[in-house]
Amino acid sequence: MVPKALDYETLNENVKKVQYAVRGELYLRASELQKEGKKIIFTNVGNPHALGQKPLTFPRQVVALCQAPFLLDDPNVGLLFPSDAIARAKHYLSLTSGGLGAYSDSRGIPGVRKEVAEFIERRDGYPSDPELIFLTDGASKGVMQILNCIIRGQGDGILVPVPQYPLYSATISLLGGSLVPYYLEETANWGLDINNLRESVAQARFKGITVRAMVIINPGNPTGQCLSEANLREILNFCYQENLVLLGDEVYQQNIYQDERPFISARKVLMDMGPPISKEVQLVSFHTVSKGYWGECGQRGGYFEMTNLSPKTVDEIYKIASIALSPNVPAQIFMGLMVNPLKPGDISYEQFLRESRGILESLRRGARLMTDGFNSCKNVVCNFTEGAMYSFPQIRLPPKAIEAAKKAGKVPDVFYCLKLLEATGISTVPGSGFGQKDGVFHLRTTILPAEEDMPAIMSSFKKFNDEFMDQYEDNWNHSRM
Amino acid sequence: MAPPVTVNTINPKVIECEYAVRGEIVILAQKLQDEIKIKPEAHPFEEILYCNIGNPQSLGQQPITFFREVLALCDHPSLLDKSETQGLFSTDSIQRARKILDQIPGRATGAYSHSQGIKGLRDTIAAGIEARDGFPADPNDIFLTDGASPAVHMMMQLLIRSEKDGILCPIPQYPLYSASIALHGGTLVPYYLDEATGWGLEVSDLKKQLETAKSKGINVRALVVINPGNPTGQVLVKMLSQSIRVRIDLNNKPPMVLQVYQENVYVPEKKFHSFKKVSRSMGYDEKYIHLVSFQSVSKGYYGECGKEEVIWKLPGLVLILVMSPPKAGDESYESYISERDGILSSLTRRAKTLEDAFNKLEGVTCNKAEGAMYLFPRINLPEKAIKAAGEAKTAPDAFYCRRLLTETGIVFVPGSGFGQVPGTWHFRCTILPQEEKIPAVVTRLTDFHKRFMDEFRE
Repeated sequence: MVPKALDYETLNENVKKVQYAVRGELYLRASELQKEGKKIIFTNVGNPHALGQKPLTFPRQVVALCQAPFLLDDPNVGLLFPSDAIARAKHYLSLTSGGLGAYSDSRGIPGVRKEVAEFIERRDGYPSDPELIFLTDGASKGVMQILNCIIRGQGDGILVPVPQYPLYSATISLLGGSLVPYYLEETANWGLDINNLRESVAQARFKGITVRAMVIINPGNPTGQCLSEANLREILNFCYQENLVLLGDEVYQQNIYQDERPFISARKVLMDMGPPISKEVQLVSFHTVSKGYWGECGQRGGYFEMTNLSPKTVDEIYKIASIALSPNVPAQIFMGLMVNPLKPGDISYEQFLRESRGILESLRRGARLMTDGFNSCKNVVCNFTEGAMYSFPQIRLPPKAIEAAKKAGKVPDVFYCLKLLEATGISTVPGSGFGQKDGVFHLRTTILPAEEDMPAIMSSFKKFNDEFMDQYEDNWNHSRM
Repeated sequence: MAPPVTVNTINPKVIECEYAVRGEIVILAQKLQDEIKIKPEAHPFEEILYCNIGNPQSLGQQPITFFREVLALCDHPSLLDKSETQGLFSTDSIQRARKILDQIPGRATGAYSHSQGIKGLRDTIAAGIEARDGFPADPNDIFLTDGASPAVHMMMQLLIRSEKDGILCPIPQYPLYSASIALHGGTLVPYYLDEATGWGLEVSDLKKQLETAKSKGINVRALVVINPGNPTGQVLVKMLSQSIRVRIDLNNKPPMVLQVYQENVYVPEKKFHSFKKVSRSMGYDEKYIHLVSFQSVSKGYYGECGKEEVIWKLPGLVLILVMSPPKAGDESYESYISERDGILSSLTRRAKTLEDAFNKLEGVTCNKAEGAMYLFPRINLPEKAIKAAGEAKTAPDAFYCRRLLTETGIVFVPGSGFGQVPGTWHFRCTILPQEEKIPAVVTRLTDFHKRFMDEFRE
């Protein structure tokens, strides 16, 4: 029979080439096991609420009121909602063009974009233009839109850190472009070495690739490292010299677990550097409501801010955004609330502060617990999670294990992670999903499981790891703490 | 050195693609609106009347109360633990919210869900489809998405491998299709709906277009059907079975069917039949037909455009509520029925009033809006006007729409944004302005049209 259009053989090849390990083989296996009744701890996705983190109360109150505005006319509404939530709901409803059910401007509600601009100005000390801020259904959509504008074909290369969050490799694949990797230095805390960058670009150019853009993920995913100001300056200089647009994925900017390197935005450093660089280097910065201490992944709220793009280019990006008519409106309210939070004196401020601090401090402790737990295993080395939501330990796998993996038709870290899953129910993402140096293996887990569950999870891991090493390495000595 | 990202160096497919619904006329309208805000006398009208986009709630249509009650409770589940909640929410909305939250893992409405959408919600939707069509539906074949538009994009991405891959689209069509085909580098293969027969499909035309495309080396991979039509509003009955037969004859084109307006049917003699139901009734199961159907909560009588049914998000929720609304005996049933019927009958009345108004204009004929939310009148523009448009370097229908906007504040979308038989001109007007505004729209439009024809008549 003649193959049909949607039969596998005739699908767009680019679609088939795409890999996205975060919800790939391990996740599918974990879901199967879960269906069979096994208890699974999903540490594969940065999905805080799925692991018991509670949503912040105030934004949920505001959005609920916006969903059901007739509540605002009810004299008893004050029994259920604090007055500042009521005021805020009225504020956001007034910014919409017909409530939560109407398409907004394709770039997002102007009033919310203004709040985002004000947030950026307060954070960085430089004015920001709301017209250059587009709200999107999650930051990922924004990344895909921008890459779609840049990539014309296979000849266009995008510099991407290795290890990287596979949204980038997947999107570049889908759009038919070329990924140009630059390696982060694991031994230097996943630091960025400018020489690695230069080398990567040179190699790409040698192959005839036009390098168009550079992606930085700060704080890093899966690596968690926070870029220093000096780093950012180097990167911006590099983009200036090599004529690259910088794509700054800054979705984890609220998740910082050390004090030596606080978050600094790429835009702030760019502006600090003054002309000509501040006026010429093209930059697109991405942010979201999915991470931080908000964790509202399911709402699908994000934005990107453009710097030094010409009005004509901005118009084209607007045009593409308009095809989908409008980003989802409730998420825009979440974004407004995130960038324009409560202030001391507001009725709900104390509760808000308590909830958000509680979450961040717990994450900081979780980061420490996990790093130490991994490092207590002899064959595991784990850099401290400086930021973001993940731990990315390096696991030394003995030759016999690598052989066994080959026999099973699996990449070694996939083999290890599958066995970890079957033995303990811990669902991770193998390091090969993010990229790593040849012969070096990692896995990524999140630091999100509840604090009280952490010790059990880490000892479960350690037990599995020791048994695995016992099986595949001669003279493996258990390290007893 | 030229900066890396300029209009000369960005993806050329981005440049090529166009989307008139929020295009040039609308951008101008927003500019005029800003000017009126600052200086109310700046223009010969007090307000802009947006008739360009199917955005009901932005024009005052009220959301269905019961749906919003349930959504609010799901957005803030701790309300369910408070006794005061019973004083502000209907009992059945509280019950429904509890039931839905039980289907969401951990009641975590802020978490990423399964990439296809929450399983429990897909089960309910599948049951709703089965009840509608009388044939089984598999929840594993259902994907919840951020609105119907991204779903269409996904399909184009799967199907289009190069410019040699063609997609059959009705002309006129909703420009999401032309835009996403351009964006993915494919070829749009037009098939013309027949204005003279209420925008019916001629199967012979479909076959002819297919042959023409094939002879140009285009591999036609899908057939798009919009039912009820946008902008044309026709409700397909015979056409469905005909196009299925054509498809079977010519092999391997999956009908990609957009059914977002299925609840918007305004003529008693026509009823919505889903594509799947018709094909299954004809005996064609999935061995013969690949069918992808799209439904949305943006239209219907619920008009929840801003919500978007999302792959990752909680609202598959509005879709659930639409599929299983309050039943007779439920506390919210009466108010739900009166809200729903109020909206649908109002839409029917507005459709008729505007259709009649258009048909009274000199040189204008307008087919009845059988369904959807739009009217798509045809205008015979005098030569003088066409010439003036040429001088202004605009398409004649855009020329008319621009003048209409600047003189009356009314925003239509030029027909060239949707495609039309060459040499004919149309514009699309929604039926959505609130009923009390409709007389003003009619008056302004009628006066403007007379002035325009006086100026350009031979």
